[in-house]
Amino acid sequence: MSEYILEMNQISKEFPGVKALSNVNFKVGRGEIHCLVGENGAGKSTLMKVLSGVYPYGTYEGDIVFNGHVQRFNKISDSVDVGIAIIYQELALFPDLSVYENIFINNEIQSGGVLNWNEAIVQSKQLLEKVKLKVNPETLIKDLGVGKQQLVEIAKALSKEVKLLILDEPTAALNENDSENLLDLLRVLKEQGITSIMISHKLKEVIAIADKATVLRDGETMCTLDASKGEITEAAIIKNMVGREIGNIYPERAEKVFGEKILELINWSAYDSKIGRHVAKDVNIHVKQGEIVGIAGLMGAGRTELAQSIFGNAKNYKLQGDLFVDGMPANYKHTSDAIKAGIAYVTEDRKGNGLFLLQDIKNNISAGNLKGISANGIVNENEEIKVAEEYRTSLGIKTPSIQQLVGNLSGGNQQKVSLGKWLFVSPKLLILDEPTRGIDVGAKFEIYTVMNELIAKGMSIIMVSSELGEILGMSDRVYVMAEGEIKGELSSEEASQEKIMQLATQ
Amino acid sequence: MNLLKEAQQVIKHNIRDYGMYIALFIIMVTFTILTDGLFMSSRNISNLLDASGYIAVLAVGVMLVIVIRHIDLSIGFLAGFLGAIAAILLLNGVSVFLVIPIVLVLGVLAGSATGFLVAKVGIPAFVATLAGWLIYRGAILLVTEKSGTINVDDEAFNAIGNGYIPSIAQVGGLHLLSLLIGATGIILYIFSAINNRKNKIKYNFDVVSKPMFIIQLTFVSAIIAYFTWLLAGYNGISWTVVIILLVVIVYHFVTTKTVIGRHIYAVGSNPEAAHLSGISVSKITFLVFGSMGMLSGLSGILFTARLQSATTTAGTLFELDAIAAAFVGGVSAAGGVGKVTGAVIGAVVMATLTNGMNLMGVGIAPQYMIRGGVLALAVIFDVMTRRQRA
Repeated sequence: MSEYILEMNQISKEFPGVKALSNVNFKVGRGEIHCLVGENGAGKSTLMKVLSGVYPYGTYEGDIVFNGHVQRFNKISDSVDVGIAIIYQELALFPDLSVYENIFINNEIQSGGVLNWNEAIVQSKQLLEKVKLKVNPETLIKDLGVGKQQLVEIAKALSKEVKLLILDEPTAALNENDSENLLDLLRVLKEQGITSIMISHKLKEVIAIADKATVLRDGETMCTLDASKGEITEAAIIKNMVGREIGNIYPERAEKVFGEKILELINWSAYDSKIGRHVAKDVNIHVKQGEIVGIAGLMGAGRTELAQSIFGNAKNYKLQGDLFVDGMPANYKHTSDAIKAGIAYVTEDRKGNGLFLLQDIKNNISAGNLKGISANGIVNENEEIKVAEEYRTSLGIKTPSIQQLVGNLSGGNQQKVSLGKWLFVSPKLLILDEPTRGIDVGAKFEIYTVMNELIAKGMSIIMVSSELGEILGMSDRVYVMAEGEIKGELSSEEASQEKIMQLATQ
Repeated sequence: MNLLKEAQQVIKHNIRDYGMYIALFIIMVTFTILTDGLFMSSRNISNLLDASGYIAVLAVGVMLVIVIRHIDLSIGFLAGFLGAIAAILLLNGVSVFLVIPIVLVLGVLAGSATGFLVAKVGIPAFVATLAGWLIYRGAILLVTEKSGTINVDDEAFNAIGNGYIPSIAQVGGLHLLSLLIGATGIILYIFSAINNRKNKIKYNFDVVSKPMFIIQLTFVSAIIAYFTWLLAGYNGISWTVVIILLVVIVYHFVTTKTVIGRHIYAVGSNPEAAHLSGISVSKITFLVFGSMGMLSGLSGILFTARLQSATTTAGTLFELDAIAAAFVGGVSAAGGVGKVTGAVIGAVVMATLTNGMNLMGVGIAPQYMIRGGVLALAVIFDVMTRRQRA
């Protein structure tokens, strides 16, 4: 038997227009805990989806050797059959079913089609013991906390005689105590011969638990570090995670003139009662007129949530603390109040909650400010066309006509429509959430240019971004968020990829 | 030759919008042939339109409910109940000019109650309106329990369902005022079409070529002229048709030209994006259910006036006929897509099927099956053309 339980050789995977993985080599030794790290979009999740059969054989290039055999998974159940179990960040449990029902879902203990629930309960008890979870197997999943739910997922994996356990950011939603328990459990499983792959953004955890750590960047393997050789250090990981040259893709800014504070948050907290925790905690930030403030951080750091809590509390969080806009206390009940006060929010998910895909460009651009082009409640369509044409020209939206359905546009052009929609409300403060996600370099440059023009006209911008290059290239000041908290503030002179990554992975 | 190609292009690009009209045309021609012209007689067309009135107004309302991704099952019995209220008020000597606004306001209140449950309390519309379905069904029985069928003998009220607009004079055996209305309609149509085209040219939008445009104008004008002539040959335009036209004009205007209309479609196509655009989703939900209630009241008035009485079973299955009409009329179950004119044409298609099959003496059992088949076909067509465009 080879010393490796898993060898992924020369894996390449392309999506239309993007090379997500290129010739990735990833080898996991038998019985080790192997961490996979990298920036957002580095290809970690894609690699795990290739491994688990979400992307079937033939949609990627390269080989997967598992347990000494070349594997060609056509569907997820093929990878489960050989002993690979993957636990996603979004848990795949049924909240209204009990613990034992969840453990044996689609793997039911039966004889001749009749389920043997008693046996399932007995076996569940043993499995729960293995994962050190002391609950009655008949408890409903929804009555357990996230930490315990995660343990149920692991128990479910163990019930299928798992050889390789993959955890995608298992501690992202857990508090410290639960995280510690989980890491302990991984160590115990290791002693029992189970190999684990853990994707994590928290470098301290990685350093604490990993035997090996592989760093991906832009779809390529940068290195595999070995703990026994003392290679797994924060500096080494960060150096490999970032290290990208920042080219000259950021347009020059004219002289910078900052005015009064346009927005200020004091001890601002937002509690999401749906998931039962704070998505933003004791945030103190401010934005001056004419300033681009970057908010950096990794996925799940609470940046979008913070932005939406400012924007008229769009998600109905329980808020605490004070919000000042133009020096006046603001208490917005609805997004329309924030818009009236001059705040605009361009969402990170333009297809999901930004645009009306089945409507045309002009209807999308006017949607935030129909009042501005109507009299007595009647929309002046000529005015609307004029406005839409203006933004088409000034933002360079490439389309044969503003009657084109937005769903038919490319990502970059859709983003420009989103931007046009929010510029049409003439805001004082523009919140851009991942303004260039999924769009090509040319369109990125155009959007940066527009941002600079807006700033020159006296607007202020908050830019939430996971792209370090963009944060460094565009921001006048950077806040770094992690776990709903502001972990640090850096001026554009102080900010560097390493410093930001250090704060973001605390 | 070029014109023919362009015609093909125009039809291909607008197949979703034209499909329904083409289907209606084919159905009508088929029935005319199968009944030796009886179907296309003045009297029959007049009856057909009057018979589709109370479903057509419901279809317009429920179309908007479906556009914002909800459903309303309570509208049939609500219409029946409000119709009974109208009959009782008339029986007690309340003037018809008071009865109508009272019933419409009651409708708005009932609709707002549903809106409250859906928008504020967050109950799924299916369940909230199923509760309404039961409640209004009980309410009809309650108010008609003692008397059974309530007869209405107010002539002004009954005219809504059975009367015709005054003629002024007969010209060659034709109803003059109806002809005038038809002619005005044609002139307004041509005027607005030309205006529209001018505007589009001004903004460099795609327009059809001039000969094609003239063909379109002539075609639509001819259809309006033909139906006006048909109706003028019998008793002229009925009050029911006048009411349907008013509802269509008002709702078409509101949905296509106003801020509220835009907000309704925005909420329907992406509620989250609408919320993030500063649109109050709950306000729009309230409004659409309120309008639904009002149209239920109107439907109740039309039905009661047509039967000249309120019965204990009035409104049974209206909701499903209206929902079917809306779907035949091209509303999308996924929300955000649907037209007022579509819903009305959908109602007319369904009424045409019933009417034509009745004329042919088709039994009730095959009638249901055929109508079901048409509904399924309409939705299949809708799904296919949508896929083609995507």
